[in-house]
Amino acid sequence: MPIKILMPALSPTMTEGNLAKWHKKEGDAVESGDVLAEIETDKATMEVEAVEEGTLGKIVVPEGTADVAVNAVIALLLEEGEDASALDGADTSSGGAAPAAAEEPKQEAKPAPAAPTAASAPAEAPAPAASGGRVFASPLARRIASQEGLDVAAISGSGPRGRVVKRDVEAALASGTGKAAPKAAAAGAPPAAAPTVDDPVFANMPEFEAVPNSSMRKVIASRLTASARDIPHFNVTADIEIDNLMKARKDLNGRDGADYKISVNDFVIKAVAVALKRCPDVNVSYTDDAILKFKRADVSIAVAIEGGLITPIIKDAGAMGLAEISSTAKELAGKARDGKLQPEEFQGGTFTISNLGMFGVKSFNSIINPPQGGILSVGAGEQRPVVKNGALSVATVMSLTLAVDHRCIDGATAAGFMKELKAILEDPISLLL
Amino acid sequence: MADTSFDVVIIGAGPGGYVTAIRAAQLGMKTAIIEKKHLGGICLNWGCIPTKALLRSAEIYHYMQHADAYGLSAKDVSFDIEKVIGRSRGVSKQLNGGVGHLLKKNKVTVIDGTGKLKGGGKVAVTGTDGKALPDLSANHIIVATGARPRALPGLEPDGKLVWTYFEALKPDIFPKKLLVIGSGAIGIEFASFYQTLGADVTVVEVMSQIMPVEDAEISGIARKQMEKNGLKILTEAKVTKLAKGANDVTCTVEDKAGKIQEIKVDRVISAVGVQGNIEDIGLENTKVKTDRGCIVIDGYGRTAEAGVYAIGDVAGPPMLAHKAEHEGVICIEKIAGRPNVHPMEKTQIPGCTYCQPQVASVGLTEAKAKEEGYKVKVGRFPFIGNGKAIALGEPEGLIKTVFDEKTGQLLGAHMVGAEVTELIQGFVIAMGLETTEEELMHTVFPHPTLSEMMHESVLDAYGRVIHF
Repeated sequence: MPIKILMPALSPTMTEGNLAKWHKKEGDAVESGDVLAEIETDKATMEVEAVEEGTLGKIVVPEGTADVAVNAVIALLLEEGEDASALDGADTSSGGAAPAAAEEPKQEAKPAPAAPTAASAPAEAPAPAASGGRVFASPLARRIASQEGLDVAAISGSGPRGRVVKRDVEAALASGTGKAAPKAAAAGAPPAAAPTVDDPVFANMPEFEAVPNSSMRKVIASRLTASARDIPHFNVTADIEIDNLMKARKDLNGRDGADYKISVNDFVIKAVAVALKRCPDVNVSYTDDAILKFKRADVSIAVAIEGGLITPIIKDAGAMGLAEISSTAKELAGKARDGKLQPEEFQGGTFTISNLGMFGVKSFNSIINPPQGGILSVGAGEQRPVVKNGALSVATVMSLTLAVDHRCIDGATAAGFMKELKAILEDPISLLL
Repeated sequence: MADTSFDVVIIGAGPGGYVTAIRAAQLGMKTAIIEKKHLGGICLNWGCIPTKALLRSAEIYHYMQHADAYGLSAKDVSFDIEKVIGRSRGVSKQLNGGVGHLLKKNKVTVIDGTGKLKGGGKVAVTGTDGKALPDLSANHIIVATGARPRALPGLEPDGKLVWTYFEALKPDIFPKKLLVIGSGAIGIEFASFYQTLGADVTVVEVMSQIMPVEDAEISGIARKQMEKNGLKILTEAKVTKLAKGANDVTCTVEDKAGKIQEIKVDRVISAVGVQGNIEDIGLENTKVKTDRGCIVIDGYGRTAEAGVYAIGDVAGPPMLAHKAEHEGVICIEKIAGRPNVHPMEKTQIPGCTYCQPQVASVGLTEAKAKEEGYKVKVGRFPFIGNGKAIALGEPEGLIKTVFDEKTGQLLGAHMVGAEVTELIQGFVIAMGLETTEEELMHTVFPHPTLSEMMHESVLDAYGRVIHF
């Protein structure tokens, strides 16, 4: 029987993806490890590798197909010795959902009479999974989840083939996720529906080209809509004099043998991470039961990429030197632009920095990147007149705007963080202390 | 000129290095491996494998001596130590050739010589003839240089009267009297081998139990059995002095109470542990950090120097071949950007000791589990309750399981008795798959096998044991 090649889940949150490109044609020989196709997920493009060897018998989902459900059959692979005739009537039903009729003829034939002997009936029905498919989880993961009142179906798995294992349940416990999904979010219809393409509201507007929403665009839309709607944002702005910082930067970059080029943003990343350590009440996430205070500051950096943006993470940036931050940020930004970020490289940051200073923007507000508690918007550093001791002088000034979730961060806390951040950036040498 | 630019260069072709090389090649990387002596390293040539060959001879000898118990007769049972050793060397040689074949089949470039990190993705190579070979360059360099016997001051091996495992594997004489310092896996296996073949063997261990990493109860049972076999064991004792004669050594042994005795033996085996080979490999040319004689790595073998990795014994304990292999595979798969690569779960690395009786274990000992704050359920099942064990004539031994009372997680399994080194893997898989006591109870174990004791031990932990 031909082997089914299924749409893989390339990230824990992926439910569907686009089949961007086939690297093999029907009839091509396939060896284990060969790249078969490219899949465009929520946030990145990834390659699908063959696990088994054989001949690509049939491409079920042509390239360019959008929104292919995870576990749908995308192609059929002929095993050694099989020829194309094996494809006739081959089952292309999805791998993850209910088993196909052909595979379970006995159940079909006997339409559920009462079990003949009570003793053999299972004591309890298996818990239905959220998506209706089988949830793969280790016995220990299931037991700990049930003891802690978590739903394994709501936990993303990191084990083989996405199986939920103990460490995933422990991570969900620590982060407060994995609770039986909040009702409001689970209930179908999106609340603030955008108009459709054929909505009469567009009738009298100029001619347009309709560019279909990419997976990434959809994720941006749904997450940021939810954030703007559900999170009570407020902003705190501070002007930072960065002449000392610029001097330090020039000095560091001008050293003999410097194989790095530190940017202002690298300083901001470092300063934010250190300030978060000093003000742990800002390095938080809100949940209905508890405020989660993270023990490490992992800073997400908003990177504009073709068709949207993504936020790769500089983990524990406070513990890194500027050169390391600089090289890490460059590497991650490069991978982001190439669509090569691994899920763990863009999922799980505790705070975000968005910098539009390079466009000459003076200041702006950002929408919080949930489940984080805060996001910092960085404007351009520019010479501005400042008044010092009653006299006018010139300084290089950069405006920073912090947006926070008022459910977990109050005004004085936010202001305290900005004070700390300002102190560090205006006197960067203090980072040595 | 030969190619000098690779995706991956591995220094050391022990079990960690050569397995990593093969996996690297499978992942499509251009791979070179540098080995200064023997493909397969200590494990295959001077460790795991040749000792198993010796112990097999000893085991068969033991059965021949006890043939009567099985209704058989074997007269004039004797051995030829030269032939026993010859067989052991032959086994190593065969496997050594096998590794060479595997590397060739996978198109791994094998370089005979010594590798030294130069920094900047370069490795200097000196051929086995002492001549410098062209430098190799690679994006990823994996240090897999292994470990060597540790020497204690005053008790240093001399290769003649005081042996390490090298000499113990190829002895110049069969010692009538032997003293073994250290009762870890290496010490106790050699003690078992020489004792079974008739030597008068004394083992001196500084800790309170033999095989100090094993569960205390299991270690105690093993000790009793070994002492019954005729092995002399001194625990909480240390050798303070070795006075060498022309062809003998007088060992001064001091016990906990300060009581001193002198034991005169033909040879001494020093088996006081091993230490990482971190010298002369050019670490000073990199940012690589070391701690207590081993290279410091993260969960993926990465060192403090980007592009330089370490795996196996040189990267720290437990110093076991199977740990090295697995560590290497994780390291190379992470380098290749494979999805779903996770650091090794160190509490799930099994350990096997092939003394008489055998000892095998995985996970936490009962004492360690309690120390870590678990409330435990402990199951025990003795060999005497198992049909197959009785039929084999091996009624001594125990299988012990340790569960977390709260979650039913199998925290540890500990075994002593016949063939347990082949049994332990069942529990290792169970732990890896995160089974609880329930799945283990629902598993069908074939009858009649020793493995049924694994089932019974689990049942016993929950008060449901059948055959005892």
